[in-house]
Amino acid sequence: MSTMTIDKSGPTRKVKYGSMSRDRAWALRWSYFFLVLFAIFSLTPPLYMLITSLKSSAEISAATNPWWVYHPTLENYIGLLTSNQFLRFFWNSAWVSIIVVTITMLISVPAAFALARMKFWGSATLATGVFLTYLIPDTLLFIPLFKMFAMFGDWTGIQLINRWYVLLFVYPTLTVPFCTWIMIGYFASIPKELDEAAIIDGASWFQTLTRIFIPVALPGLIAATIFAFTVSWAQFLYPLVFTTSTDQLVLPVGIITTLIKGDVFNWGQIMTGALLGAAPPLIIYAFLMDYYIAGLTAGATKG
Amino acid sequence: MADVTLRKVVKRYDDVEAVRGIDLDIADHEFVVLVGPSGCGKSTTLRMIAGLEDISDGDIMIGGDVVNDVPPKDRDIAMVFQNYALYPHMTVAENMSFGLRLKNYPKAEIKSRVTEAARMLDITDLVDRKPKQLSGGQRQRVAMGRAIVRNPKVFLFDEPLSNLDAKLRVQMRIEIKKVHQKVRTTTVYVTHDQVEAMTLADRVVVMNHGRIEQIGTPNELYHKPATRFVASFIGSPAMNFVPCRLEDVGGKLHVRLTDRLAFPLPPARAARYSAVSRTDKLLLGIRPEHVMEARPHAEPGVEPFDAVLDVTEPMGMETLVYFTLEGTQVCGRVNPNAGAQDGSPLRLAVDLNNMHLLNEVTGAVL
Repeated sequence: MSTMTIDKSGPTRKVKYGSMSRDRAWALRWSYFFLVLFAIFSLTPPLYMLITSLKSSAEISAATNPWWVYHPTLENYIGLLTSNQFLRFFWNSAWVSIIVVTITMLISVPAAFALARMKFWGSATLATGVFLTYLIPDTLLFIPLFKMFAMFGDWTGIQLINRWYVLLFVYPTLTVPFCTWIMIGYFASIPKELDEAAIIDGASWFQTLTRIFIPVALPGLIAATIFAFTVSWAQFLYPLVFTTSTDQLVLPVGIITTLIKGDVFNWGQIMTGALLGAAPPLIIYAFLMDYYIAGLTAGATKG
Repeated sequence: MADVTLRKVVKRYDDVEAVRGIDLDIADHEFVVLVGPSGCGKSTTLRMIAGLEDISDGDIMIGGDVVNDVPPKDRDIAMVFQNYALYPHMTVAENMSFGLRLKNYPKAEIKSRVTEAARMLDITDLVDRKPKQLSGGQRQRVAMGRAIVRNPKVFLFDEPLSNLDAKLRVQMRIEIKKVHQKVRTTTVYVTHDQVEAMTLADRVVVMNHGRIEQIGTPNELYHKPATRFVASFIGSPAMNFVPCRLEDVGGKLHVRLTDRLAFPLPPARAARYSAVSRTDKLLLGIRPEHVMEARPHAEPGVEPFDAVLDVTEPMGMETLVYFTLEGTQVCGRVNPNAGAQDGSPLRLAVDLNNMHLLNEVTGAVL
C-alpha cells in the first residue's frame, strides 16, 4: 500500500504572471505568419496572370524579368473582348451557370425542407444518401452519363450531346446533393417551435417554407447559391466531354481549346481569359458575403 | 370562444404511453392550468389540443366539434410557446399580424387589431422593432399579442414564463391574468410551477405519469388533496409526511407518531377516521404552517410537543424550522420572535384540525 503524502510547501517552479496574455501574443504572431504565408501562396498565381496578361506575345517569349512589365499593352484584353468567339463562351458559361443555379435552388430547397422537417419513413436515410451521391467523383460519373445521353439520343432522336444545354442536366448532379445537404443543416437549426407557430397561425407547408424558412435561412441559401454558381462556372471535365463544337463551349474549355493551337500557347490571351473568367464569381462573392455572414436567426427564441 | 372537452385521450409513442386516457371538461371562458413534473404528459396533452400531436385514442372536442383530424390552422386556436417562437425576420407588428395576413383580412382590420393588442400589452412603442431588439419579457408580450390578435376560440400556453427571471415571471403572471380578465378567452396553460398554477387558474389539473391526479380549484387542491402526490406537489414548502398509526387510548382515538409521541384527535377528525384500521401503516400529512410555536390558551385540536431543531431558516416574516421525528424531517413555520435557533429545543404545536391522514401504501388521502 502506498501512502499519499500531501506537500504542504508552495509550488516549486516559478509562477509566471501574465502568461495568459503572452500565450495569446504568441498565438497571434503565429497566426499572422501563416496568414501571410497563405496570402502569398494563393495570390501569387493571379498576380502572375495579371502581369502576363499585360504583356505582348513578343515580351512574354523574350528573356526578360517575368515579374515586370516593360511595355504594358491592353492588346490581349482588346483581342478577347472583341472576339465573338470569346464572348460566345462567356455567354454560354453565364447562361449555363444562371440556369443551373435556378434549377438547383428549385430542387434542393424544397427537398431539404422535406428532409429536415417532414419526418417520413426513410427520411433520415434519404438525407444521408443525398450527401453520399455528392461523394462520387465526376471523373467516375461522366462515362455512364455520356452513355445515358447517347442512348437517349438514339431512342428519342433528341440529340443532347454537343449542345450547351446538356450541361443543364449534368451540372445539377454535382450541385443539387451538396446544396440540399447545406440547406438541410440550415433548416434543421431553425427551432421547431417556429414552424409550429406558423402552422397554428394558419400557414400551409408551402407558406411555412416561403415565408418563414427561406427568409430565416437566407444566409444558408446564399451559401448554397454561391456554391452552385462556383461549381457551374468552374466546371471543366463535363463540358470538355459533352461539348465539342466551338459555338457550344463554355469559358474554361473554350479558352483551352481555342487558345492552345497544337503546341503553340497564346499565353497572353490565356491569362487574360482566365482573369476575365474569374471576375464574375469574385463579384458575386463580394456582393453576397455580407448576407452570408449575417446571423439572421438571432432573436427567434430565447438566445 | 368555446369549451374544450377531452374524452379518454391517449397518446402512445411506439410502446410508451405518454398520456393514459384523460377526461377533462374545460368550460367556456375558463382558465385551466395543467401542472405536474417533467414527463407527466401535460405538454403532450396541450399539443394534442393544438393539433401538433396526433391523438392515439379518444376524442378532443372544441366548441362541441370533434377535432381529432382537424389540422391546427382550422381549430381556431392560438398558442404561446416557451421560447416565444417569434419570426426573427419580421417586425413585432408583422409577427402579430402574420396569421391574419395569411387569412387575407383587410388591412384596416389588421391594423386596428394589432394596435389594440399592442395597447393592451403595453408594447405600442415596439411594433416596428425586430425580435432580436427586444428583451425576454417584451418578446413574451409579443408572443401573447400574436395570440390575442387572432381572437381565437382557445388560448394555449406552453410554459410561457419558464425562460424569464423570477421577478419578471411574477410580473408577466399578473399580465397574463389581466389579459384573460379582459378577453375572457378559454385558456389552457401548462406549467411545472405550482405557484403559477395556483395563482393563475380557475381550476388546476394536476397530472402525473400521464394521468390526472386531481382536478379542482387552487383552494380545493391545497386544502383537500386527493392523493399523496397532489398533497406534496401543491404548496411550498411541501407538506410533511410522518409515518403514524391510529390507536384507541381511553376510548379516544389517538394518532401515534413515535413511541413517546401521540396526539388525541379532535372530535371531527376522530369521527372521520374511526373506521380506519388500527393496524394500517399510515402517514400524517401536515403543512408547515400547521406546525408552529406553542402558544398559551391554544385552540382545541392544537397539541403541543417538544422538538430539538436541526436547522432554522429566517425568512423575515416567519422562520422555517426543521426537526426530525423518527428519521423523518419535518418543517414548521414559527413566528420570528419565537426564539428558534439551530440545535436548540423549542416547544412547538401541531394543528390537528388541518391534518391529513394518508394510506402509506396506496397514497390515498383518507
